[in-house]
Amino acid sequence: MKRLINQEPNRVARWLLGLLPFLLLLALYVGASNARLAENPNDKLLPSFDSFGSAIERLAFEPSRRTGEYLFWQDTLSSLQRLGIGVALSASFALAFGVLTGAIPYVRANLSPLMTAVSLVPPMAILPILFIVFGLGELAKVMLIIIGIAPFLCRDLQQRVMEIPDEQLIKAQTLGASSWQIIQRVILPQILPRLITSVRLSLGSAWLFLIAAEAIASTDGLGYRIFLVRRYLSMDVILPYVVWITILAFFIDLLLRLLSRRCFPWFHAQTGNN
Amino acid sequence: MIAKTATFLVSPTHCCGKLKTMGFLLATFFCVFALPASAQERDKFSICWSIYVGWMPWGYGANEGIVKKWADKYDIEIDVVQINDYVESINQYTAGQYDGCSMTNMDALTIPAAGGVDSTALIVGDFSNGNDGVVLKGESDLKAIKGQDVNLVELSVSHYLLARALESVDMTERDVNVVNTSDADLVSAYTSDDVTSVVTWNPLLSEIVSMPESKLVFDSSQIPGEIIDLMVVKTDVLKANPDFGKALVGAWYEIMSTMSGDSASAKAARRAMGEASGTDLAGYESQLASTRMFYTPAAAVEFTQSDDLKTTMQYVAEFSFQHGLLGEGAPDATFIGVETPSGVYGNTGNIKLRFDPTYMEMAADGEL
Repeated sequence: MKRLINQEPNRVARWLLGLLPFLLLLALYVGASNARLAENPNDKLLPSFDSFGSAIERLAFEPSRRTGEYLFWQDTLSSLQRLGIGVALSASFALAFGVLTGAIPYVRANLSPLMTAVSLVPPMAILPILFIVFGLGELAKVMLIIIGIAPFLCRDLQQRVMEIPDEQLIKAQTLGASSWQIIQRVILPQILPRLITSVRLSLGSAWLFLIAAEAIASTDGLGYRIFLVRRYLSMDVILPYVVWITILAFFIDLLLRLLSRRCFPWFHAQTGNN
Repeated sequence: MIAKTATFLVSPTHCCGKLKTMGFLLATFFCVFALPASAQERDKFSICWSIYVGWMPWGYGANEGIVKKWADKYDIEIDVVQINDYVESINQYTAGQYDGCSMTNMDALTIPAAGGVDSTALIVGDFSNGNDGVVLKGESDLKAIKGQDVNLVELSVSHYLLARALESVDMTERDVNVVNTSDADLVSAYTSDDVTSVVTWNPLLSEIVSMPESKLVFDSSQIPGEIIDLMVVKTDVLKANPDFGKALVGAWYEIMSTMSGDSASAKAARRAMGEASGTDLAGYESQLASTRMFYTPAAAVEFTQSDDLKTTMQYVAEFSFQHGLLGEGAPDATFIGVETPSGVYGNTGNIKLRFDPTYMEMAADGEL
């Protein structure tokens, strides 16, 4: 008899096992929702799937009565734009910062303690300062994402650069490479796939800061809509939005993973991770 | 709790986050499921309230044992629970966790009533008489608001006040750009140059008005009696348990008579309420000055019985309908019936909000 830790489910069983908790949750929801709706057909807390359907149809496929926009797509576009700009700027900054501080001891001595201190400040606690410095518009929202995730990315990348084996750097120097050439040809190529990994890990926080920024002051966005209708307990809008955010986050993560595999196959072969 | 679940759900990338999310969802379902609203006769009740000038008496009454005294008189138990987030307290009430909750007339119509929870305004406590206002930076004429970004809590009484203010100068919401801004961040947001006009309530309002360049251009004393603070209870619970209503109303007017007037004990009561709301006696009294409290049941009954209440509820219903707050099934503003002593506004077949002065009348007649 095989030991439990050596028994592997086959492909089909793995799918079914993975799917089971989702189905259980769904069944639980439907049961609870039906029970509440039987008592009060207008219950807003656990709406039926019909009301989800009509909420989605109203927000995604009918122009809004007030502005004529398709709110769902408008919200998605605004949020993705903010998230994209915030994450892209954070990643570029972190790449430059990480490579420089990781490779050049003088820069590291100069900037690394500051970044450590900055990364420990909880961004939500200094909101009033952010309002005064960056205003209340798009800039403030993007900046909140950057302040939220850039310090983590910077510190992580600095660490990754410092993990590059000394042997490689010495070898490159033996072959006559200058500091700049080493950064460009030895460090940068090895650090790019690790940047993608770090960005994937920081996306969760990036979403959190995006939603927080949109909850504070906004006229559109996924977080804006959720916090707006929260006032009216419109779970028929909130739950589909939450599912949509989960789907978006999943696909962004998948996309980054595929990008990394395509561009840096050597990295994935070497580390054995997917 | 629901909103917290939603916040958790938005950081779903890590697997442990997902597990937590599921745990939260499960917990939510179970507690929601386990505590259905029951209309049967019983002897244990709970009400919730949140911090606001007109509702501080509930906290005081609970601390001083006044609520318990009246509950004991009718041989029941009443739990008085303070909830730190106003909207959350109404949501909890609507979801069935509480038998009563303090809220404004507009929120009573758009959250529980629109959510199918038949609610009765048991106590009409006060109306805002300057506690809500429109503030412009550097301009003293409301007309200057045209074309500006206006920061406020969207779909709240502030939004309603803005709509009424714009109406008074022949403008509509199309003339401004409403920016939803969280009330917790409104004061610090106002210090930013981006923000040129806000609509908010006290104590935030007095904080903002005291800043340089700020001009109060419209306030709720210009629409007196339209923003009303209530104690709302479930209609079926009240019907099955009249003692619950009697005890609450009795306790309320005892607190009212304790806190009104110039005696030392009244001042001490007001000081306690002020401190509980994070200010002091002077701060609380300045908020009371812009609130028309009904210290006697007779005044509250008279206000409730006037024809104006029905007209007010019509304005509120029309505003709510235009902003989609009566639900998608609502074909027009009269979809939800509002019962007042002077008649029903809207659909008599779908009455979900009732202004019932019966219990306040008992208090006025000394029958409690």
